[in-house]
Amino acid sequence: MNIATAASPAHKMAVAFARVLRGVGLDAPLDSVIVFVNALEQLGLKDRNDVYWAAHSTLVRRHEDTPLFDRAFAVFWDQRIAINKSEDEPENISMTLLIDDESQKDDDNASAEPIDDENTITLRFSSIETLREKDFAEYNDAELREAEQFMTRLRLAGPPKKSLRLTKANHRGARHDIRRTMRASLQHDGEPIDRYWREPSTRLRRLVVLLDISGSMEPYARALLRFMHAAVVGRQRVEAFTFGTRLTRITKELTSRDPDRALAQTSTQVSDWSGGTRLGECLRNFNDSWGIGGMARGSIFVVLSDGWDRGDPEVLAEQMQRLNRVAFRMIWVNPLKVSPGYAPLARGMAAALPYIDDFVEGHSLEALQHLTEVISRNSNERQRMMAHA
Amino acid sequence: MSLQSVADVRSALDANNYLASDGLATAVFLAMSLNRPLLLEGEAGVGKTELAKVLATIRNSELIRLQCYEGIDAAQAMYDWDYSRQLLHLRTVEATGEASSLGADKLEGQLYSEKFLIRRALLRAIDQHEGTSPVLLIDEIDRADDEFEAYLLEVLSDFQITIPELGTYRATTPPLVVLTSNRTRDVHDALKRRCLYHWVEHPDFEREVEIVRRRVPQVNETLARQVSAAVESLRKMQLYKPPGVAETIDWATALGRLGVRELDESIVQATLGTVLKYREDHERVRDSGVAGLVKQAFERGLYND
Repeated sequence: MNIATAASPAHKMAVAFARVLRGVGLDAPLDSVIVFVNALEQLGLKDRNDVYWAAHSTLVRRHEDTPLFDRAFAVFWDQRIAINKSEDEPENISMTLLIDDESQKDDDNASAEPIDDENTITLRFSSIETLREKDFAEYNDAELREAEQFMTRLRLAGPPKKSLRLTKANHRGARHDIRRTMRASLQHDGEPIDRYWREPSTRLRRLVVLLDISGSMEPYARALLRFMHAAVVGRQRVEAFTFGTRLTRITKELTSRDPDRALAQTSTQVSDWSGGTRLGECLRNFNDSWGIGGMARGSIFVVLSDGWDRGDPEVLAEQMQRLNRVAFRMIWVNPLKVSPGYAPLARGMAAALPYIDDFVEGHSLEALQHLTEVISRNSNERQRMMAHA
Repeated sequence: MSLQSVADVRSALDANNYLASDGLATAVFLAMSLNRPLLLEGEAGVGKTELAKVLATIRNSELIRLQCYEGIDAAQAMYDWDYSRQLLHLRTVEATGEASSLGADKLEGQLYSEKFLIRRALLRAIDQHEGTSPVLLIDEIDRADDEFEAYLLEVLSDFQITIPELGTYRATTPPLVVLTSNRTRDVHDALKRRCLYHWVEHPDFEREVEIVRRRVPQVNETLARQVSAAVESLRKMQLYKPPGVAETIDWATALGRLGVRELDESIVQATLGTVLKYREDHERVRDSGVAGLVKQAFERGLYND
């Protein structure tokens, strides 16, 4: 196939379509485009279905990209009008930003919680997802920059886990390295004089971080997102998610070393900034799609949230319990914990507490530093606790 | 066997009781005609592994399966040396007094020859020159460490393996490679770029009925429809583990074995364990009412008559 001389309709279409895909933010590397052209040559351009599946199997590499791909395909191949809104967004995006007081709403069944309004911090919610995509560029104050510098220096190791992979041992161990022993024996006419050993290596535990980006977390979300970026860039095996009214995986978006770029990519990916919270349902989504299948298994699981939840606390409790069964350690970081008069009154927080190993603050750099210490704590307290039980 | 079009692939799969969607049939056809590995993702029990098995049957070729796990390395996936035989060989050479006349180089050449080579899955898939090239199933690639993927890159793009002592092995006709992943982690982009990608969905209702009919012939049409309908409702219940096609088939098989002709409440209660594997899921179904489930299934079962 000579690209220079034979620019068939398939070539032109494929290249142009790839540009459309790149335009909507999908990755369409040249080698995939070439495979796509080959696929089109096999299948022809006559049948829409064939073209669709040829493009889909060669240019899509993540299931999550399918909706975006579908829209690009519709726009390009069917000459449909570009729809800017994602399909799964609710039809009527609310024009009113309803702000209501959580305590009033929930206390009308007169469950006598002695809340002193003066001492309890007022938390405000929007009860309807507002889907505002805010521009991070506005958040350009010097302090946040300095904080960023600090965050990149935080070391998030965590207790290692024994790997099944074997590496060279420096001392006599339980497992023979016959391969090396054999090789070395050739120098002595096949006499295995020097013997070598192998031992299991260790590896970092996966660190899974979920950040609450609902309205009530707004003052903290910006800074904590930078913290997550520092974690993703600074350490292997980190998975990052945001949640508000929906769960969004942002690991890939955060991998760019340039924080501004990473945060910009994230902000386009996430559509539920500063909306409501459906903690339980987001956790369920996480458990079903990622967590229980393997991502959370043996991991250090960190939730960054104030624990205010619009949903059913029982759902949250149930999902926390599920996670608790598979995760190595569960850490809840609550930026409001430090506030005077704060007690974990939020129903969500109360429901989650029994399944948490460490409950820490997250409102300041100092608190974040403390968090890294908690994560890195090289003890298996939980396992010890379980052994005693 | 020649599969010249998507329709051919589809009917060949069909003849082997694998009912593929348009997308999957196209992806398989392209994988065959472009010699590209096919990466399948999707929920557990939608028939990813089964596809590879059926493809091997269709091509009348060997199925070579590499089950990935944490810690798998080249020695377990590509090749290894048979050390105990090497040692024995050394002893023999020594005992017969050959060793001194051979010299170190010759001796080494003897030890690292094909005679002592253990061929693992990847080498076997590539170093096969008779008959149709095999189907290589690399199952649950996400369980392997990410370092392992790097080994796969050479194998899957050039279909060759280099053994320093013996040289490079190259496939005369590349094997048909099927990779599956359950997405416990993202497969590396470099690997994905070498593959065609397809996400396998649960089948729609009519196709699922057809699958049950084909796989479990002892079950009558009505029961097949009822079972598929019940599973379809179960999938909408937000269970921990929504049942896959594999579970549907298990359930239908169990019901067939019990001689059931139609679903009723007590039989669903008794056999639910073939479909749902979590206590919480059982509770959820019980809370929402088995009767409702059966009623719905009953109605769908009648639909066509």
